[in-house]
Amino acid sequence: MNKTTATPTKRQRLRSFRVLRDRIFVTGFVLAVVIGIAGLAALLLDVLVDGLPFLNWNFLSSYASRKPLESGILAPLAGTVWIVGMTALLTIPIGVGTAIYLEEFATKSRFNRIIELNIANLAGVPSVIYGLLGLAVFVQFLFNGSRNVTAGALTMTLLVLPIVVIASQEAIKAVPSSYRDAAYAMGANRWQVVKAVVLPQALPGMMSGIILALSRAIGESAPILIISSLVWVTFVPSSPDSKFTVLPLQIFTWISQPQHSFRGIAAAGIIVLLVVLLSMNGIAIWIRSKYQSRPEQ
Amino acid sequence: MVEYEPETTAYPARMLSDLSLRIRSQGALNNVIKTKLRKYSKSVLIVTSLLIFGAIAACGGGDTEGDSSEILIDGSSTVFPISQAVAEEFRKDRPDVQIPVGISGTGGGFKRFVTGEIDIADASRPIRDSEREEATNNGIGFTEFVVAYDGISVVVNPANDFVSCLTSEELKRIWETGSTIDNWNQVRDGFPDKRLRLYGPDTDSGTFDYFTAEINDEEDASRSDYTASSDDNVLVQGVSGDQGALGYFGFAYYTENAGILKVIAIDDGAGCVEPSVGTINDDSYSPLSRPMFIYVNNTSLQRPEVREFIEYYLNNAGELAEEVGYVGLSNAEYQAQLEGLN
Repeated sequence: MNKTTATPTKRQRLRSFRVLRDRIFVTGFVLAVVIGIAGLAALLLDVLVDGLPFLNWNFLSSYASRKPLESGILAPLAGTVWIVGMTALLTIPIGVGTAIYLEEFATKSRFNRIIELNIANLAGVPSVIYGLLGLAVFVQFLFNGSRNVTAGALTMTLLVLPIVVIASQEAIKAVPSSYRDAAYAMGANRWQVVKAVVLPQALPGMMSGIILALSRAIGESAPILIISSLVWVTFVPSSPDSKFTVLPLQIFTWISQPQHSFRGIAAAGIIVLLVVLLSMNGIAIWIRSKYQSRPEQ
Repeated sequence: MVEYEPETTAYPARMLSDLSLRIRSQGALNNVIKTKLRKYSKSVLIVTSLLIFGAIAACGGGDTEGDSSEILIDGSSTVFPISQAVAEEFRKDRPDVQIPVGISGTGGGFKRFVTGEIDIADASRPIRDSEREEATNNGIGFTEFVVAYDGISVVVNPANDFVSCLTSEELKRIWETGSTIDNWNQVRDGFPDKRLRLYGPDTDSGTFDYFTAEINDEEDASRSDYTASSDDNVLVQGVSGDQGALGYFGFAYYTENAGILKVIAIDDGAGCVEPSVGTINDDSYSPLSRPMFIYVNNTSLQRPEVREFIEYYLNNAGELAEEVGYVGLSNAEYQAQLEGLN
């Protein structure tokens, strides 16, 4: 009798140990999530508390001023739009083109493998290096010392190009090869296969990759700091040759002002930057889910 | 793109729609066409990339000058608030003139100024001989204007109750190259045993240049084991959060943060003098009160809007400098410089 009751207790003990171990790990994982979320929440809360009182239409529609309460974010907002727009114009054809070439046309030779490896490496190069490259090549050599929007956009293009190429390559790889085979069997040539089969299928993946890469370009400050230097701008760029500033730099400039109220203005600027970034990421998610829900055979 | 004639063999239309393919022309891919296409796609790739970069070079390489309604200013972060204020007010009358004001530090500003890249350099120290030489070699003439005064303020933590005045010798012993002082009791007999931590601007700053020249008797000669930052707010935060701290930076950063800092009077042989609008203006806050300059490219000065801007600058700098925390010159001094302009 005693023996028979002893065995279940042992088993129970073992069982409870397994349950305990399970709980420990679950708690650990939840803790990991909570730490991440709490950090983000603290940051958001802090920024919102500091910045919301300053966030109004006047802030969005006027230029930076020496007086905190008259300061606005129009010039850097427009600068960011210019930079991202031009970067997109340059990045999308070059990046998608490279990906298509590498995935669909290039033979798997040693040379092409080295190119692919290098693109992957370039995606990991610190952004400040691209800034220095841009200063030397675009600003000093190409534009004669003029720190204009085009130089900034070209530098950003170099920065995000590897990311766009890799994302597009992954999207192309995800297209089942049976689709291609079917198209080839129809007698299509390679360009027709790319145009009619691969691109439409890979487009959602490419788009979200491109948008995420462009949102990186929005938040990036190091290369632009080198290209445009810290500068106080009170006009909207009117041509690719205009001087400019971008949101992260303007925030940085405000934080280094002696007057205390500029911290609040900087926080309001951070909110604007976050809204821009979140809406771009939201668009990326929307595109992905919209096309994923489409029935496929 | 398709340069060969496709065979027009009809395939069952159902097959096409099943795969939802939109292929118009069908043709068998034989090896000849394959190689032909490969060559073609490569040349297309090269041509497109050339076109793109050509277009970029064409649209950007063109008119970098000629745009006369732009006045480029760069340089000292200390002078920046004044230039910013003047530019802001000036643009209320002349919104057609674009005036980006950069903050690259005095040295960084001069680097761009001596190559003719910018029209006006903000400087918190006079131009160096080496920079002057470089400007001459590049054929750039310039005019110097004093726009305001600043008093480099030496500050400690407000909790520090034992020090209210330091002599310039004591400052030198703390800051000179190779100094190993790391405790307040090494600064003066009678100071308590308290760790001394130093905060100051980085080496690209004109404030650093001026402080080292006046206190350490040699420009740029300073101990390097201190917390250096080009952002003066970092220094303000550092000193206000560290009970044993000693730091120095421009007067504006002290006046804006007077509640969380304690300013130290300086004794240069004539008694202890605290920095204030009065003592900086009459130069009794010595040796750390200093003039702040703008340097104007003479070729740019020929342009009417630049000339107008400089006149506006000298007429309004006094009032605007005080608004942003600096000390203006006397009206007579501004007038004398204005007359020199004509």
